[in-house]
Amino acid sequence: MDFALTEEQQLFSDALRKMLEAEYSQSQRAAALDSDNGYSDAVWQQMAEMGLMALPFPEAAGGLGGTASDTMVAAIEFGRSLSVEPFLASVVLGGGAVRLAGSAEQHESLLTGVIAGERKLAAAFLEPQARHDLGDVETTAEAAGDGYSLSGRKAVVLGGDCADTFIVSAKTGEGISLFSVDAGAPGLDVRGYKLVDGRGAAELELGGVAVSADALIGKDGGALPVIEHVCDLAASALCAEAIGAIEMINEMTLEYLKTRQQFGRPIGSFQALQHRAVDLFLEYEHAKSLVFVAAMSADSADAAARGRAVSAAKSYIGTRGREVAKEAVQLHGGIGVTGEYQLGDYVKRVLVADMLFGDADHHLERFGRISASSPAGASVWAQ
Amino acid sequence: MDLAFTPEEDAFRAEVRAFLDAELPRDIADKMHKAKRLTKDDCYRWQNALYHRGWVSPLWPVEYGGTGWTPVQHQIFDEECFAAGAPRVIPFGINLVGPVIIQFGSDYLKERFLKPMQSGEEFWCQGFSEPGSGSDLASLKTKAVLEGDHYVVNGQKTWTTLGHFADWIFLLVRTDTEAKQQMGISMLLVDLASEGVEMRPIVTMDGDHHVNEVFLDNVKVPAAHLVGEENKGWDYAKFLLVNERMGIASVGQSKSELELLKDVARLERKNGRPLIEDPLYQAKLSRLEIDLMALEYTNLRMLTSKGGKASVGALSSYLKIRGSELQQTIMELTMEAVGPYAAPWVPQANDADWNGMPVGPEYASASTSRFLDRRKTTIYGGSNEIQKNIIAKHILNL
Repeated sequence: MDFALTEEQQLFSDALRKMLEAEYSQSQRAAALDSDNGYSDAVWQQMAEMGLMALPFPEAAGGLGGTASDTMVAAIEFGRSLSVEPFLASVVLGGGAVRLAGSAEQHESLLTGVIAGERKLAAAFLEPQARHDLGDVETTAEAAGDGYSLSGRKAVVLGGDCADTFIVSAKTGEGISLFSVDAGAPGLDVRGYKLVDGRGAAELELGGVAVSADALIGKDGGALPVIEHVCDLAASALCAEAIGAIEMINEMTLEYLKTRQQFGRPIGSFQALQHRAVDLFLEYEHAKSLVFVAAMSADSADAAARGRAVSAAKSYIGTRGREVAKEAVQLHGGIGVTGEYQLGDYVKRVLVADMLFGDADHHLERFGRISASSPAGASVWAQ
Repeated sequence: MDLAFTPEEDAFRAEVRAFLDAELPRDIADKMHKAKRLTKDDCYRWQNALYHRGWVSPLWPVEYGGTGWTPVQHQIFDEECFAAGAPRVIPFGINLVGPVIIQFGSDYLKERFLKPMQSGEEFWCQGFSEPGSGSDLASLKTKAVLEGDHYVVNGQKTWTTLGHFADWIFLLVRTDTEAKQQMGISMLLVDLASEGVEMRPIVTMDGDHHVNEVFLDNVKVPAAHLVGEENKGWDYAKFLLVNERMGIASVGQSKSELELLKDVARLERKNGRPLIEDPLYQAKLSRLEIDLMALEYTNLRMLTSKGGKASVGALSSYLKIRGSELQQTIMELTMEAVGPYAAPWVPQANDADWNGMPVGPEYASASTSRFLDRRKTTIYGGSNEIQKNIIAKHILNL
């Protein structure tokens, strides 16, 4: 039982924070959002040079063999800096699916480019009718010639606006399966857009997209457990980003309470505001503990233990994170609602963190299901 | 970063379990699990068993009978004890005044009081609050005047938990009426059998007797029973209150109570299904369980962190706030779980030797009285509003 970052993690975290502080001022970020990519190429390259893209991949595939805790350390910094680079989409999601289910050849052909920062992946799991249900897949993959023909629609594909290759879930005769699909494949329509927090995403329409047999990733019909694991990894990383954003929200709010003068004194001297400020920090500390637990559990192959930890964190961050965001705006008063002041950007990041990979209710329900199905205790009432 | 317990920690857990299996009296565990009243003798028997194992005062310095455990070992011990149905050791001696005597007391006080405190031969209670001094503790008025080799104490204390089990009370008294409030307070150790001490029960809204008022009328206290120096009592009280708040997080107790609640929710039925599967109830239960997980790991994270910006004292306030809220929520959801059988008022059923026929399921009988009793957790040990003042001032520097 150890909650401290390792020395290596601490050094890595410091280096990443330093890089992002230098490259990600509010104006630099605005320029990146306005660029063709919608993110900063320079930052993306530096991330690759720091070895960030190699983090979770096995050494045999050219990776660093890192853990979900290592990803968490990086993601906290993304949240603090409001980075919009498609790390989560390419490395955690797309890369995660290939890592967990792909063959050695697929590791070689897909991950080498991801690690170099040259190929960007995106995971296309959810569909317009599916809400947060990963198992609700209507997209079909029919056998056609030596390969498959994919048809269907995919919703809010994170990083889909700039992806080179999609990892798509579709139903074969055997069940839910994963396929790699090139962004330029005939019959694939990619409609890119920005999310509320500035990140890129896309809606996909697959109209009989032909892929070869070796595009199948993992076992035919056996993809759902992989998809669930990948989304747990993504949810864990998203929670870490959110805790980074909440950290900044709290720092900004505290600073404002100390400097803003009304009635001839700092507004932080008023008890009505002090107690609410305490609530923000209390929620932050408790949320952070759950984020750590989720990260330390996200690599586990034990789906119930992993799901319990990730869903606890995601549900907590979803509800309490939003509460913190709303309270922070209220404590700021008028300045808190202006577009120019960066608080709003952090608020948006926290909101989106709840919307993707299962919202608070989804994860509360999942947690409850796991918890209710755990065996009865040894208590006097159970006997 | 690692969530797993080490082999040494697993072995320690097994050792604690074996001890509980052998030494925790069954009748006491049964009372605890069924929320029956404990007698003074129950408290004594368990504390004495811990004493003989050398585990009664794990947080004390090793040379005084502490165990030198790591924070994780403390957590394991706490969890296993509650899960097995061990009562909480009455905290006023071991957890509160004991460490103060060790830190600030004279050799005489250590010699005289520590052993019987550990063995359970002497139970303690706390004399801090007064009718006019609750959250504003430093305004206390109970007065002690030094006359030769003893103090003469006059005043009134209140909310004295388990005073009716206690042999001794540690008092905050005013020894200097001229000084600034906090500077004129001292701490005295007083024999409750002294002439002029009168203890009267206060019945709380759960219908039970947990707390008392204590009247002090010209009570003579040997000067040697002053802790540390005169007029330094406020410093000792602050030291003590930090320990009190740490205990109040009650992670082990709440985890054990949550398991009992989940078992009740498995037995109760709604719409033909176990209540635990009802979406509305399950959502409430899950929120509670997640909040408790967050508390558990925050507790561990803070206890195991090396250094850090904020002092442990202020962090203990976070734990007190959330811990006390969750203790309340557990009883609130237990009361809701049993449905209409939360309504019957049969306080006799909480006595282990009552032979009457319970109304409704046995687990329902104490649920509302315990909900009512739990209202105190966000009030005692420094109300949660006072904790927020402490955090605002000492952590956030507002």
